Amino acid sequence: MARYEVYVTYKQGIFDPPGATAERALANLGYEGVHSVKIGKYIQIEADADLAAVREMCERLLANPVIEDYRIVTEGEA
Amino acid sequence: MRFGVVLFPGSNCEQDVVHAARMLGFSAEYVWHGDTDLAGFDALVLPGGFSYGDYIRCGAVARFSPVMAEVVRFAERGGPVLGICNGFQILTEAHLLPGALLRNTGLKFICHPQPLRVERSVCEWLDLPADTVVDIPVNHNEGNYYCDAETLARLDANGQVVLRYCEPDGSRAPGGSAPNGALDDIAGICNGRGNVFGLMPHPERGVDPLVGTTDGRPFFTAIIKRLAEVAG
Repeated sequence: MARYEVYVTYKQGIFDPPGATAERALANLGYEGVHSVKIGKYIQIEADADLAAVREMCERLLANPVIEDYRIVTEGEA
Repeated sequence: MRFGVVLFPGSNCEQDVVHAARMLGFSAEYVWHGDTDLAGFDALVLPGGFSYGDYIRCGAVARFSPVMAEVVRFAERGGPVLGICNGFQILTEAHLLPGALLRNTGLKFICHPQPLRVERSVCEWLDLPADTVVDIPVNHNEGNYYCDAETLARLDANGQVVLRYCEPDGSRAPGGSAPNGALDDIAGICNGRGNVFGLMPHPERGVDPLVGTTDGRPFFTAIIKRLAEVAG
């Protein structure tokens, strides 16, 4: 069995309201120099599946290619 | 003429749609999301709500319900399909309509009557003249329509933009009139053929005068009139 970590984020240019709010909140707390905050999803998968299969899972269900990018990190055997 | 109202786990506007259709004198029955038989239905409605708890993304899980393969086949044969709110989100996830619905830019769940301008479109579900302003409630957290520039140009060129958010006089504010940040103030779109229509506002809540407006009635009557004409 293999273990994967999937990060799903909005595509470049798509407004991320929670990220923008967190960015403003950090500025309000006095943190200077925070240029950008993006909030996405983190998904852990343990499966008898190769990388190609996990990519297909992302394309079909876990991410929406119209608005989101995804990055798969292979964590090795679970 | 008979409406089928598809019921997913977490739908919560199906009773409003059935009530609206029956009030207008049409027959309307529920279709469970696990059903695969759509025989006997003339038009389908995917109602609003929170199908599958909106997990992953709104509509992302519902689009793989057993009934959805049949809904896609029904639509491909030219059958009229209307997606309201969560139903619209499901139609985009199912690729029956282009684009996606993002989180409202203001991060607030919005719930209020909303002026909408009818655009000149190929939509079979509406027969109102272009520039008619209707007042219909919106009620959502993810209604911020988005598509890429190429898709937007195609929607405009093909007459697929059916409704835009507007000011009460029908104009659009310079900074946009969409209460949710929707691209180009888009509130509703249809497919190229005009039989599949998705919108964020709730026309079923504009049928019974008890709730304040009857502006939603044409959204149900026009398609039935058209189907009756086709049937001769």
